[in-house]
Amino acid sequence: MNPAALTLQLLELVMALLLAPLLMGWVNQCRAWTQNRKAPPITQPFRLLAKLFEKDVVLAYNASSLFRFVPYMLFACMALVCVIVPVLSTDLPFSPAADVIALVGIFALARLFIALAGMDVGTAFGGLGSRREMLIGFLAEPALLMVFFTASLISRSTALPTIVESLAHREFVIYPSLAFAGVAFILVSLAENARIPVDNPTTHLELTMIHEAMILEYSGRHLALIEWAAALKLYAYFSLGFGLFFPWGIPQGTGVGNVAMALPALLLKLAAGGFLLALIETLSAKMRVFRAPEFLGMAFLLAVIGMLVHMLLEVPA
Amino acid sequence: MSALSALPLSGQIINLLAAVLLLISFAMLVQRRILSLIDLFAAQGAVLCLSTVLVAVTTGQRHLYFSAAITLVLKVVLLPWILHRLIRRLNVKWDVEGLINIPTTMLVGIVVVVVAFNLALPISQLAGTLTRPTLGIALATVLLAFLMMITRSKAVPQVIGFLSMENGLFFAATSATYGMPMVVEMGIALDVLIGMIIFGVFFFQIRTQFDSLDISHLEQLKEK
Repeated sequence: MNPAALTLQLLELVMALLLAPLLMGWVNQCRAWTQNRKAPPITQPFRLLAKLFEKDVVLAYNASSLFRFVPYMLFACMALVCVIVPVLSTDLPFSPAADVIALVGIFALARLFIALAGMDVGTAFGGLGSRREMLIGFLAEPALLMVFFTASLISRSTALPTIVESLAHREFVIYPSLAFAGVAFILVSLAENARIPVDNPTTHLELTMIHEAMILEYSGRHLALIEWAAALKLYAYFSLGFGLFFPWGIPQGTGVGNVAMALPALLLKLAAGGFLLALIETLSAKMRVFRAPEFLGMAFLLAVIGMLVHMLLEVPA
Repeated sequence: MSALSALPLSGQIINLLAAVLLLISFAMLVQRRILSLIDLFAAQGAVLCLSTVLVAVTTGQRHLYFSAAITLVLKVVLLPWILHRLIRRLNVKWDVEGLINIPTTMLVGIVVVVVAFNLALPISQLAGTLTRPTLGIALATVLLAFLMMITRSKAVPQVIGFLSMENGLFFAATSATYGMPMVVEMGIALDVLIGMIIFGVFFFQIRTQFDSLDISHLEQLKEK
């Protein structure tokens, strides 16, 4: 194995671990600005994590071993996703480990475990949150798969590095299907990351919460890991979106020059994307939970239309 | 891939606009509020106008400029304005359609699009125009507008569906044969305008008769 590529892979992991909370802080900051509030510093998520890591873990006395195991599992899943998605280079040793379909599987695995953990202690909120999360998940997953299929049809591969490479290093062609897939992807990401039209990440209001309801029983380092994993998930979705729809600036090689070029591009894209997310969250109101199927049905529909449009307009007859 | 990159940039943009047209059709299909529906209809007209201008520029077909101008005046400015006025006069501004189950409508819409694309495929092989792949989208727009007319119960959204259907037909004509002859186009434009005015009169008649714009009342016209 190429040592340069391995170093790059490690660098990508470390960068994901550090950038994910920063991204979370940046989104919160933008959201505060757009809502005319005083913004917390961008490093606020780190302080939260540090605080939580220092605190003791309080476990419910009927919590099973699964409950203690889930935060590590969740963190591992999200870190794995961040390692697989090509961000700094398309030539990473870990990338061939999973294609896009397996990637959706890893997300599903993480979702399964957190839903189980939500039900484990047996509180009403946990069960409620788990059920809602599974509802969202079962609607969001097919839409996400369809988005990936559209990109795969264009580049004729389900491997992420190949998709990113063929989309980034082609002559400039407008793909209408990718526009549809892009909108669908945004809708799915909002739902999957518990952002505002579907779920509110900052509230503990019992009627509306989904993600927060499941992790209500967690404390201390467990909660810290879960929060970190949530940040990693957001970061992973951002980098997936960049890879599929804005792949410019992700180099093929593993040289130092390539990375030096990729890093500013990534930071710029993250800043712009984070601001956009904050804008979406400010402009839209939280939906009723029972409107979520409609929202995600729309995402599925857009993704399917993207595929159909690809077949009609973009395949040589 | 190779065929796509062989397409000139304007062709690609026309394809993109066609895709946007389809997207707007779907948005209209699932839109509950009447005011947003009118805005979407105006947007559809604008996209149609833009794509017609692009086709005209690319192919040098002069008369398409006139078609685009008629579209702009009629479908982006005049008809939405009339509709807005009607809605204000009828005072149905906050009329929210009680649509039956939007996800189901969307799934039916997907099936309709698949059917339209398959139907249009052999036809578009016959056409020799630059824009022939978009024929399927035009057909899908027509069928989706038709579906909208079927699933709506109020009068105003049905009329908007009818107008949107005309948009689809216009787009089909542009993509298959670079537009219809000038006389036909003028005739259709006049028809749509007159139709709109007659519909407007009908709206008031229906409302004075039944106190509502719900079409289902029309099923019981017989005296009991």
